Amino acid sequence: MIPQIIKTFLDSDIGYSFKKSKVAIVSSIIFVIIVLTSLLAVVIAPYNPFDPKSVSLMDAFTPPIWSIGGSVDFLLGTDQQGRDMLSTMIYGSQISLIVGFASIIFAMVLGVFLGVTAGYLGGRYEIVVMRFTDVQLTIPSILMALLVDGIARGFISKSLHNDMAIYVLILAIGVSEWPQFARITRAATLVEKNKEYVLASRIIGLSDIVIMIKHILPNILRPILVIATIGLSQAIITESTLSFLGVGFPPTNPSLGTLIRFGNNFLFSGEWWITFFPAIFLVVLALSINLLGDWMRDALNPKLKVR
Amino acid sequence: MFNYFLKRLLQSILVMLIVGFVSFSLFNFVGDPVNNMVGQEASEETREEIREKLGLNDPVYTQFFKFVVNASNGEFGLSYELRRPVSLLISERLPATLELVLVSALIAIFFGVLFGVYTAINRDGFVSNLILITSLFGVSLPTFVIGILFIYLFSVILGILPSFGRGEVVNFGFWSTGFLTISGIKALILPSITLSLFQMTYIIRLVRAEMIEILQTDYIKFARARGINNKVINNRHALKNGLIPVITITGINIGTLIAFSIITETVFQWPGMGLLFINAVQFVDVPIMSAYLIMVAFLFVMINFIVDIAYYFIDPRIRLKEEEVIK
Repeated sequence: MIPQIIKTFLDSDIGYSFKKSKVAIVSSIIFVIIVLTSLLAVVIAPYNPFDPKSVSLMDAFTPPIWSIGGSVDFLLGTDQQGRDMLSTMIYGSQISLIVGFASIIFAMVLGVFLGVTAGYLGGRYEIVVMRFTDVQLTIPSILMALLVDGIARGFISKSLHNDMAIYVLILAIGVSEWPQFARITRAATLVEKNKEYVLASRIIGLSDIVIMIKHILPNILRPILVIATIGLSQAIITESTLSFLGVGFPPTNPSLGTLIRFGNNFLFSGEWWITFFPAIFLVVLALSINLLGDWMRDALNPKLKVR
Repeated sequence: MFNYFLKRLLQSILVMLIVGFVSFSLFNFVGDPVNNMVGQEASEETREEIREKLGLNDPVYTQFFKFVVNASNGEFGLSYELRRPVSLLISERLPATLELVLVSALIAIFFGVLFGVYTAINRDGFVSNLILITSLFGVSLPTFVIGILFIYLFSVILGILPSFGRGEVVNFGFWSTGFLTISGIKALILPSITLSLFQMTYIIRLVRAEMIEILQTDYIKFARARGINNKVINNRHALKNGLIPVITITGINIGTLIAFSIITETVFQWPGMGLLFINAVQFVDVPIMSAYLIMVAFLFVMINFIVDIAYYFIDPRIRLKEEEVIK
């Protein structure tokens, strides 16, 4: 099943430009490795950092293996509680990826729904939706995410903050990213809706809903995919930023941003690895997705291919 | 012309009213304001008394009207957490943020335009490629990671620049400035560069794309044909038109810088509005949150308004378009 899909992909024209782009190959390999590692965290991570039995305060602040005082047991050293850095990072990236994917899917569904309906139905509805989109596009997405996060926290009682963190973050980041999708899908829908196949579908009496979902949507998938890829790295960075600012994931359930936040406290006492490894991991993750998105934007753009 | 200004002004007021309503609902519907003021032990009568005194029993539109009047006078009530007037807290913190944002904007614009023009003119040079590759990494590096990197490099290893606070400040009435002391300027260096980097990469790309496009237009070709030397063409003829989008972007930029200053201020413990806001979110301190929301929206709207007006005077095309619309 999966090899079959990969083979069809590599044989397509997009697959051809993929095979020719070294940047795309390298960044997608890195991205797939990170995703697989975080999915299989339970198997791959040397320790379970959240199991109190496997954590000992005696091991705290062990430097990485190649430094003086490093231990063979902890490849990248340990943090202030004696947790293995490598393991906490793998578990942390799992949280970052879940929130990244979930929030971008949320943003995509909301944005695509509003964009397609606005473009197809037009009228006053379109004006209202696009005005909202324009206004929100002038607000930096990190500010929007912070505000939604703050408001959501106000509605939830303080004792539940830590348990609800993941939902709050998905909501906050999703709400901050949707206008990108709405703008691009509306523009694409406006182009598609005047094409002959849409007119034909209308003539044979298909309902608007069927036309939008079954006929227009498949034809505007390419730009949506590009926005979603670049949006994913944006969402991961936003999540880690919120966690770094202390309004994201709690220390008991750390994402990469939370790890950097706490490691930051030990920068001056010389324990650089506690903050640097999660930071490097985060940058590599974001960079690989960004490069993949850049390639995809060029590969899926028919204008560029003609040359 | 008058119509153009009036239209922009009305738009700005409308946006402020909407933001005001969001902020007002935040204040009224997130948690119970009375509960936040008196604590658990207060009796039902005292609660009702406070409720009446605060006007919480009035109809919603009366309350909203009062809120707007108070907000335009800079009155946002008491902070739940710090028990001090929010207006006072914000006016204490405002100078720090504005100074940081101003310096960052200047750095971003100066180096952004410089590098952008340079990379557009010397398209395949080694330095150009270096600048472009660095800017690609700059986009993927989250602001707080850059800040941590700078602190580690310049404060921990080299020990030449402070990593937190504003240094010594000089007070002029309500305004406190860090520009006049050596420690104040030293403290400003790392945060302002951190904050400016992302915007800088953005301006580099924009100016570069714009310049490359302009250098291929007819009037530049004619200027070349007339035998004007390259330096004059680049600096006088091309750059003038290349800078027009920079003005809009700068306006939006300052807004973005204010938003991103929240992150920079947290990394460097810079005592500005952003740090105040992030603490307020952590403690769900609604009055500060809603006041910050209105403050930032006000700054955004002001900047956009000024940019629109500036545009009108700088770009004759806008003026023509407007006049056509009116005719």
